[in-house]
Amino acid sequence: MGLESVSHNFLTARVEDLVNWARKSSVWPATFGLACCAIEMMGAGAAHYDLSRWGMEIFRASPRQADLMIVAGRVSQKMAPVLRQVYDQMVEPKWVISMGVCASSGGMFNNYAIVQGVDQVVPVDVYVPGCPPGPETLMHGILTLHTQIQNGEIFKRRAASTGGGAAIEIDQRDGVPSAV
Amino acid sequence: MTTEPKNSVDELVEVDDTDLLERAELDHDPEERRLEAQTDEGAQQLRPLAGESRTKELVLTGGPWPDVDDTMILNMGPQHPSTHGVLRIMMELDGETVLRAKPVIGYLHTGMEKTGEELTYVQGSTNVTRMDYASPLSNELVFSLAVEKLLDLELPERATWIRMLLVELNRMSSHLLFQATNGMDLGAVSMMIYGWREREYTLRLLETITGLRMNHNFIRPGGVAADLPDDWQHDVLELCEQVERGVAEYDTLLSENPIWRERTVGVGVITTQEALALNATGPILRSTGFAWDLRKAQPYLAYDDVDFDVIYTTNGDVFDRYQIRLYEILESIKIVRQCVEHMPGGDYRVQDRKVTPPPRARIDESMEALIHHFKLFTEGFRVPAGETYVAVESPRGEIGCYLVSDGTAKPARLHIRGPSFYNLQSMDAMVPGGMFADAVAVVSSIDPIMGEVDR
Amino acid sequence: MADGDANAREEDHEVEGGTEGEAPAIPSDEVAAALVERFPDGVFAESHGQPVVYVPLGEWHDVAAFLRDEQEFTQCVDVTGVDLLVAPSRALPEGVTGERFEVVANFLSHARNRRIRVIAQVPVDDPTIASITDLYPGVNFAERETYDLYGVEFAGHPDLARILMPDDWVGHPLRKDDAPARVPVTFKGDPSPR
Repeated sequence: MGLESVSHNFLTARVEDLVNWARKSSVWPATFGLACCAIEMMGAGAAHYDLSRWGMEIFRASPRQADLMIVAGRVSQKMAPVLRQVYDQMVEPKWVISMGVCASSGGMFNNYAIVQGVDQVVPVDVYVPGCPPGPETLMHGILTLHTQIQNGEIFKRRAASTGGGAAIEIDQRDGVPSAV
Repeated sequence: MTTEPKNSVDELVEVDDTDLLERAELDHDPEERRLEAQTDEGAQQLRPLAGESRTKELVLTGGPWPDVDDTMILNMGPQHPSTHGVLRIMMELDGETVLRAKPVIGYLHTGMEKTGEELTYVQGSTNVTRMDYASPLSNELVFSLAVEKLLDLELPERATWIRMLLVELNRMSSHLLFQATNGMDLGAVSMMIYGWREREYTLRLLETITGLRMNHNFIRPGGVAADLPDDWQHDVLELCEQVERGVAEYDTLLSENPIWRERTVGVGVITTQEALALNATGPILRSTGFAWDLRKAQPYLAYDDVDFDVIYTTNGDVFDRYQIRLYEILESIKIVRQCVEHMPGGDYRVQDRKVTPPPRARIDESMEALIHHFKLFTEGFRVPAGETYVAVESPRGEIGCYLVSDGTAKPARLHIRGPSFYNLQSMDAMVPGGMFADAVAVVSSIDPIMGEVDR
Repeated sequence: MADGDANAREEDHEVEGGTEGEAPAIPSDEVAAALVERFPDGVFAESHGQPVVYVPLGEWHDVAAFLRDEQEFTQCVDVTGVDLLVAPSRALPEGVTGERFEVVANFLSHARNRRIRVIAQVPVDDPTIASITDLYPGVNFAERETYDLYGVEFAGHPDLARILMPDDWVGHPLRKDDAPARVPVTFKGDPSPR
């Protein structure tokens, strides 16, 4: 992956800024609406709370064409492997927003059936609370993500963290997910 | 061997794969004859072979094309834009024709019925409301009616009429959601935006009344959580006008549209016998010519005091279900207008302090009110042992609540009969025999909400 | 476009009478009366105005056939299970020995505009009951769900497999002694489950 392997110095700073600006200005979400939050996500994409002002109105059905996975809704035990598979199919750079309390922490469903937070399955960049979060809350989360992309924080954070996200090890390419 | 430049526009190349062995034994090689007929100009001009067809035969080695009828198993979902949530359909295809379709569900199983046994009856609404998240007030209504039945509680009139107003507004927003997603699934992407525009108006009104856009937790056992806000009549009537204009627009856009009709008329046909046998209710059953609507047949709330029609059609195809839901929006508007006219005064919830909490201001004044409030929100209220099944008409069909109480403050069993759970079985009658693209139209017309399918 | 003839509430169909409290109760609902007459081991109970008949486990299929063929009950609206392991009190009428599981079926007759509920007691050591999918194909999913979440087996079901839980799940979550209603959550300072 290009940007992390470049040594960060004052010569590459402008280039980095340009690349980050380009990345944040056209983040394409993947359709991963699961439950009630999906309805509010669609509402955020609709005309009143227009996501198209940030170039995000096209929800790509294919994860290979998407940058952002908004996990909108509760993730059940049966759905967790599917979630991981879709996340793995996405191409770097990729980001994850955990929308709603069910995705962030299991929400009100503290039982056998729901994964208590999708960060147990995929690395999450922004958590958006709410049940369901209104489109404005989701937009706030998206803009927070944009700020993070622009400031390049994500790659610095992920490189420091113990695997997952952008700092993907080579051994993950054979389809066997790493520990995180 | 010289290769001649082909004037490919003129030449017709045909592959004839039937008598391959026979042709290989022909005496004359057409290529040779072609070379003989060449002119002095060399290879620039190619004269047609006299008395011969202009087709060039290609000789294939090997046997004839194997005559195997392999069918293909295709997996659609659970992550797919056209499946209304996490529905997985395994289809066996013969070319484009669907031979069998098997829905695989459970990707949104939330253990809500188990959580329902853990939450008190006061908290139950918050749980149940997230099952059918497109029409949450119907879930809350059926749960509250079941609890009130077990308590043998009689509600004040205003509570009943407020509930009816809210449930009909929810029916409107759910059907608008259907129009939007149905349009988008079939390719009319602008329908998504139009449907959401009207739905936004409805959700804003619901927000002023209930406090939330979705998953309201407003209809609770004993009545509703709060009274209607000031000047609600004006807001509601304004909404009705806006939605009516929207519905007229969708009608103009889609109903006579030849592309829309081509994709929906005659697609996914189901008969009354099939629908009844497969336990389909709601618009699916009404599209077959069987006008069964629980609001008319087994009235609850105050539906026998309002005047409305049951919309039904006879063809049982996708277009009919679209039309039914479109006109049901107008019927809901009719009911809502009557609610505005006839809304009675009085209490918005029953005054029994063992069931509904006291007003917040009273807590500062009265010790008893404080105790009631405390007991209700920590322990909840006890319901005598018994069991009951209550059913109402949700936008998807018959939603029922089977509630078993064991004398404690939490249910022994809370089961919601989700209409989409049973409606999905009607895919068996509608999808096989059709094209693969029609399967998307059919699933969209069933309008399943996976929250109540999987619970 | 209105449906005019089926406007009556279900309560209006009931015949007055019926004495509860003394065993056995005389059914106040004509369908329940016919059912108890045909299946003498069935016990009628009235649950808040709704007719319920508790039938023996072995007669489950015959009762459903009777309701469909002779009593015009077009749809079996819902089949579900109940686990009463920890219930301190149950509303069981005289003459019914309660088991741990109950299988409940709600029937609806469009033509007669009435409902009836049928309940069978299922013991935990042999949780098998007849499947009524051959009579009512629409309960296919419901019986699978009851099997998945309770472990009650429906004999004669064409495809009795798990439907809501993953295929390799062990256990039956809605049983009271199986999956807990609250699971410990993995974060620091997590209060212990109630």
